[in-house]
Amino acid sequence: MFGKLTWDAIPFDQPIPLAAGGLVIVVIIAVLAWITLKGWIPYLWNEWITSVDHKRIGIMYTLLAMVMLLRGFVDALMMRSQQALAFHSGGYLPPEHYDQIFSAHGTLMIFFVAMPFVIGLMNLVMPLQLGIRDVAFPTLNSVSLWLTATGALLVNISLLVGEFARTGWLPFPPLSELKYSPGVGVDYYLWSLQISGVGTLLTGVNFVTTVLKMHAPGMTYMRMPMFCWTTLASSLLIVAAFPVLTATLAMLLLDRYLGFHFFTNEAGGNIMMFMNLIWVWGHPEVYILILPAFGIFSEVVSTFSSKPLFGYRSMVLATMAICILAFMVWLHHFFTMGAGADVNAIFGIASMIIAVPTGVKIFSWLFTMYGGRIVFASPMLWSIGFMVTFAIGGMTGVLLAVPPADFVLHNSLFLVAHFHNVIIGGVLFGAFAGYNYWFPKAFGFRLHDGLGKVAFWCWFIGFYTAFMPLYVVGLMGMTRRMQHYDVPEWHPWLLVAGVGALIVLAGIIVQVAQLAVSIRHREELRDTTGDPWNGSTLEWATSSPPPPFNFAVLPRLTGDEGFRGVKERARQQASLIDASAYTDIELPRNSATGFICAFFATIMGFSLIWYIWWLVIVAAIGAYATFVVFAWRDRTEEVIPAAEVARIARGAVS
Amino acid sequence: MSGAEATVGMHGVAAHAAEQVISKRIVVGYGFWIFLLSDIVMFSAFFATYAVLMNATAGGPGGRELFDLDNTAIETACLLLSSFTCGLASLGAQAHRGSLFYTAMAATFVLGLAFIGLEAHEFAGFVARGAGPTRSAFLSAFFSLVGCHGLHVSAGLLWLLTMMAQVFAKGYRPDILRRMLCFSLFWHALDIIWVALFSVVYLMGAAT
Repeated sequence: MFGKLTWDAIPFDQPIPLAAGGLVIVVIIAVLAWITLKGWIPYLWNEWITSVDHKRIGIMYTLLAMVMLLRGFVDALMMRSQQALAFHSGGYLPPEHYDQIFSAHGTLMIFFVAMPFVIGLMNLVMPLQLGIRDVAFPTLNSVSLWLTATGALLVNISLLVGEFARTGWLPFPPLSELKYSPGVGVDYYLWSLQISGVGTLLTGVNFVTTVLKMHAPGMTYMRMPMFCWTTLASSLLIVAAFPVLTATLAMLLLDRYLGFHFFTNEAGGNIMMFMNLIWVWGHPEVYILILPAFGIFSEVVSTFSSKPLFGYRSMVLATMAICILAFMVWLHHFFTMGAGADVNAIFGIASMIIAVPTGVKIFSWLFTMYGGRIVFASPMLWSIGFMVTFAIGGMTGVLLAVPPADFVLHNSLFLVAHFHNVIIGGVLFGAFAGYNYWFPKAFGFRLHDGLGKVAFWCWFIGFYTAFMPLYVVGLMGMTRRMQHYDVPEWHPWLLVAGVGALIVLAGIIVQVAQLAVSIRHREELRDTTGDPWNGSTLEWATSSPPPPFNFAVLPRLTGDEGFRGVKERARQQASLIDASAYTDIELPRNSATGFICAFFATIMGFSLIWYIWWLVIVAAIGAYATFVVFAWRDRTEEVIPAAEVARIARGAVS
Repeated sequence: MSGAEATVGMHGVAAHAAEQVISKRIVVGYGFWIFLLSDIVMFSAFFATYAVLMNATAGGPGGRELFDLDNTAIETACLLLSSFTCGLASLGAQAHRGSLFYTAMAATFVLGLAFIGLEAHEFAGFVARGAGPTRSAFLSAFFSLVGCHGLHVSAGLLWLLTMMAQVFAKGYRPDILRRMLCFSLFWHALDIIWVALFSVVYLMGAAT
């Protein structure tokens, strides 16, 4: 009846996951009870859960990322403390638990923190910057969001029901095959990624269509803000790379569920094919994450230097060059595979070439700052911190791209330090810069800047304290994922790294405080102008938060001025309009399709993990029925009458 | 693939903006093309895998012993013909001619079903001869690649029936015609993939 699912799946004998899971359940129940008692359920359902508004979907994506960041960071703290303690001893985490923690940490941080964070910011900002009313497929956007949430939910269910994978953030065979990982951990990993991967792919399709096909009148490609270009590049990479992930994970699933022989040791299976396939997705994935961050820095640096972006055209070119080169370097993740010196040399050189367009970008930001009147608000601090940190991470990356050096450093903590250097220093700093920068646009009030700066310095110092020692122990020969060790030279460095993690913890606590303080003092921090930073792009031409239709009258771009000055022109246009110019605006109607679809996807994923076949069929029928009901709708849009548009638009001005 | 609520509108300064307005039909068709491209990327991963594992028969049968090109020829004929009838159905839908639309859709369904039936029969024959997907890496790759296409065709058949029911219930509304456009793009894309499958898997497999 319930497949492999029995009471044994609950880890009653392991206090740490049981207590953590219990705490999470208590918090969830408390939040739900609070929401219910306050009578907010109808509001949440009508205004948020069923919303197809890109701004709200963006905010929900970002919220998901932040909550998952807390979970993933707890994993990080546990790993750092384990390694600080586990000198000549077993530490406090048994190996099978430690292995789940580093697997869950990587999976959560990449798929459910970094991805939803950048997708959330792209969702919130890109349509506003293009001067349009929504993305190309709003309901599909909602489906994407909720499928991503489904994946995150399944990973977190594994904390309490069953176990998570012990195979690392990428499940390399043959360890991940049924023979060596007979539990449900790898299945949790595979199904949550398959489901959220569909969501991400649909986002990519949606954004490519939006950026390429939908603009405000006169918004030509070369007038698009940099962030729209990086959104396009990132989305193109999603469209081209995520299907490979889906195919690869499907093959591993077939191996595990139906006894196929793609990656097994016997019957002709080929383990190294998995490495090739997963990194054909995996390398573009890091550019999917970093390119939107580059876009954010471009906007922030330009705004807070009070200058237009230096070298816009070369920035566009560099972005698209990275987009293409991203597909030509995957083999550098396994130089040690033995492909031969010539193949390794080609991929090594290709990897180093990526440093060229990236260097172009760094210099563009520096020249944008040069001679500008720089305002050191917290988004700008994150950007400058990024430039320093990312340059170091890039240099260690070029070092790793040299095959002979890679043979020494492969799978060492040097590698771990490198990719945290670029992902924290690049993607996460970018996400935080964007969060501080666009928060007033999303909610109508700024975040407390003083606390934002404190958070930045904690993160910045904490990052260096935590990861520079890892470079050192990596060079001293420490491999990654060690549950315990007995080399005395490593121990002091790992203690320092543990202190660094605590400093980052302080940064996170300050960020939570920043949010709480800002909400409390929102009246003082209110942004009445819609343009708190004197930005130059179109999102600053409308009110904060923008009305559901973004622009009462679509901005028009004319002349040769490029996108410089478009914001002023759009604001002028909006203020010159007399009441008769407002017309009815059609907006897509809210739809529960995304949420219900994800509900069935959760059930389907869970029952596939536990071999509950009848429930799989029920959920599949439910998902199909959801789409049919959606397709049968007669009214797909609702009209906001001109008078209402005028009322909202004038209210925003006054 | 619905939910095509493109909202670039002719509101506001309509006269000036008119040349910029892009029809929902174009946005939906374009978006669906991008989706199809991603689907083709997924197939290319399976194709690459098949190419790597083609000779990994682990002592089991290879393509030469297994493939029956006559059966494959009939399958190909069914699928190519169904693309033609699908095209007729699109014309019928555009012209709002129910007789043509329903007949051509029904013919497409029958041809697609025949294709699936032939493929299932072929698969069952292989399994009965001890050449199931668990026999060797080559057969794993074969069943996955061809089966993935078969699953797409099956999903297409379900979509086809839903499409017919929708036209029957709702008529030739613009949003339904857009879905019909997507369906026919999907069906033709499956044909293109089949041509690659037929060449790479069956013709090259039977020859070597």
